[in-house]
Amino acid sequence: MVEWNALWEGYGWPLTVIIGQILLVAVGVLVSLAFLLLADRKIWAAVQLRRGPNVVGPFGLLQSFADFFKFALKEIIIPDGANKGVFLLAPLITFVLAFIAWAVIPFADGWVISDINVGILYIFAISSLGVYGIVMGGWASNSKYPFLGSLRSAAQMVSYEVSIGFVMVTVLLCAGSLNLSEIVRAQKNIWFFIPLFPMFVIFLVSALAETNRPPFDLAEAESELVAGYQTEYSSTPFLLFMIGEYLNIVLMCAMTVILFLGGWLPPFDMAPFTYVPEIVWFILKILLVFFFFAMVKAFVPRYRYDQLMRLGWKVFLPFSLVWVVVTAGVLTAFDLAP
Amino acid sequence: MGFFDRTARSLLLGEFVSSFWLALKYFVKPKATVNYPYEKGPISPRFRGEHALRRYPNGEERCIACKLCEAICPAQAITIEAAPRQEDGVRRTTRYDIDMTKCIYCGFCQEACPVDAIVEGPNFEFAVETREELLYDKERLLSNGDRWEYEISKNIELDAPYR
Repeated sequence: MVEWNALWEGYGWPLTVIIGQILLVAVGVLVSLAFLLLADRKIWAAVQLRRGPNVVGPFGLLQSFADFFKFALKEIIIPDGANKGVFLLAPLITFVLAFIAWAVIPFADGWVISDINVGILYIFAISSLGVYGIVMGGWASNSKYPFLGSLRSAAQMVSYEVSIGFVMVTVLLCAGSLNLSEIVRAQKNIWFFIPLFPMFVIFLVSALAETNRPPFDLAEAESELVAGYQTEYSSTPFLLFMIGEYLNIVLMCAMTVILFLGGWLPPFDMAPFTYVPEIVWFILKILLVFFFFAMVKAFVPRYRYDQLMRLGWKVFLPFSLVWVVVTAGVLTAFDLAP
Repeated sequence: MGFFDRTARSLLLGEFVSSFWLALKYFVKPKATVNYPYEKGPISPRFRGEHALRRYPNGEERCIACKLCEAICPAQAITIEAAPRQEDGVRRTTRYDIDMTKCIYCGFCQEACPVDAIVEGPNFEFAVETREELLYDKERLLSNGDRWEYEISKNIELDAPYR
């Protein structure tokens, strides 16, 4: 006789807990994403002295939900020459990859779906895979603008991943662990953005480039490529692309917070600050970085493509490489390495 | 020396920081836009919006079917047919159509009209969902005139000294 009780204790209950955690994170992230999208548009509008969406719901708070229904209820148009399977697979890949990266993000001490020891490598791998969605979408559309957009995007993301990799290596040298929670705990005394300030700046700029945000939105440059790889997409596939893109942006904000701004740690380890729950600090910091991202979109002009490549390969790469060496040297010389 | 100067400046992100500060200042500035559906900008008395056919205070329609507006209309958007009226034999229009999809809102019709019958009122929010609804007939134009009479007569009065 199978011992149902043991089976439930061993597999059933943990599975239920994990599914519950996944649902909680996914729904939480999606709902907050709806408001972040609105915040993005509002901030952009405010800098341009506009009002932004303000009709749907109080202060336009429900605008993203209205947009969701608009996208979901529209007709899906598949171009005649498009490769149907790949065309529909591409937005799904972007969407799913953007979601699964959140599995290793620690929202507070111990609040993480899967506390794996190679969390940062996992994030790095997932964000590298993200380029496939874009390339497949651009190629399967069988159209000129999407193709050019996806080519640009592929080259751009690959270039900036290199410098992001080196930035992560410096952080790893200081933290002594690949586990994201451990990296945060290593910032107990001082947040890494103070000793590693140049790398912090490089990471922020590379994160902009990695997520195809302005000033590096060459993949979907409206004035040049209509909408880049999204040109032929409509309705739900477009929605998936859009959600994936914004999830990646928020993920990059979260990564900035974890690597440099001390994750869930309060700014000072003293009484009034420690009363606030850890997750609130984490969310506040993400909002701060997101505000920065949204502001940058409003005031920075788009880079030319050769300037983008020059910045990636001839400035950021050597600079971050030198900083890896310098950091390693200092850590060894003064015996600070953890 | 210029090279080092430029490099130092770009490494310290001087332009980026100053423009970020500028953007922050604009972020907190009051909005320049009008909150359109809820508040509207001022409109000149000469504003040329949706057409209307007016009546005299006693209810008699002003139009005498002289067809000057039809003749002057550069877009040929106006179609008029005239005949003596059944009851009293007064010459009146039997048909007065304006194709609002053709109209260029030049205002020549109201300039040409000797009795201020056809005017362009202050209304500019007459968007519709089908093309057919924009082919205005006499009934529609007269009802426009009834609805906007107060504003239209006010505007004509305000503009009179300049005519």
